[in-house]
Amino acid sequence: MAEAKNRTVSPEARRPLSPHLQIYRPMLTMMMSIMHRITGVALYAGTLLLAWWLIAASTDARAFATANSVLTSIPGQIVLLGFTWALFHHLFGGIRHFIWDTGRGMDHPEREYLAQATWIGGLALTVVVWVVAYMVR
Amino acid sequence: MANDPTSMRTTVRQVRYLGSARSGTHHVWHMRLTSFALVPLTIAFVWIVLSLIGKDYNTVVKALGSPAIAILMLLFLLAGIYHMMLGMQTIIEDYVHTPVAKTWSLMGNTFFSICVGLACVYAVLRLSFT
Repeated sequence: MAEAKNRTVSPEARRPLSPHLQIYRPMLTMMMSIMHRITGVALYAGTLLLAWWLIAASTDARAFATANSVLTSIPGQIVLLGFTWALFHHLFGGIRHFIWDTGRGMDHPEREYLAQATWIGGLALTVVVWVVAYMVR
Repeated sequence: MANDPTSMRTTVRQVRYLGSARSGTHHVWHMRLTSFALVPLTIAFVWIVLSLIGKDYNTVVKALGSPAIAILMLLFLLAGIYHMMLGMQTIIEDYVHTPVAKTWSLMGNTFFSICVGLACVYAVLRLSFT
């Protein structure tokens, strides 16, 4: 009976499952992997903002002024700051993937250095760009 | 072996062309291709935006419509939108398991990406040709 029942379960359903997130202790490399995905999703949504800005610019001066006033408001600036950080964090995460593609940087402690370089680089470049942005404003 | 009920292998028929992505390695390759292009293009995009901060409407319109900037923007937009479409496809395939929800999500992803991409490209071209 038990055997017969077993036969009805598809081979796919009986494949071993790899342990998921809740099994692991949080680690920096894992955090950077998750952040890469989250920043990717944020940038996905952020393209709406870019599309709006470009369409406003191509429409007329009034539409552009409206877009600009929203983007330069405090909430707008916070969103743009987040957008900038997501862009740079994702950029550094991507460069890390390129290093991995060559077969390098997967061992300890290289992968830890790469994980740290990702978040430090992302934050640093965000700060630099925003300092420049406020200087040229 | 495929017919052995204790085997955890799926049949070749199931495996071939029937992974979650329904495709081979072109997804990964296109992801890398766009990533590689996007490194310099992102820097160019940020540079362009920085150069336009605080500028008046006419200056911004003229700059975005100038050939070099328009071409860089178009390259950034096309590579970026295709890249994000592929990325979201992976996320959907990872987290959405029921066939109906997955199909709708993948369709939504494609439509969203194409609509946003087309809108951006149209805007840049309009700035270039008016």
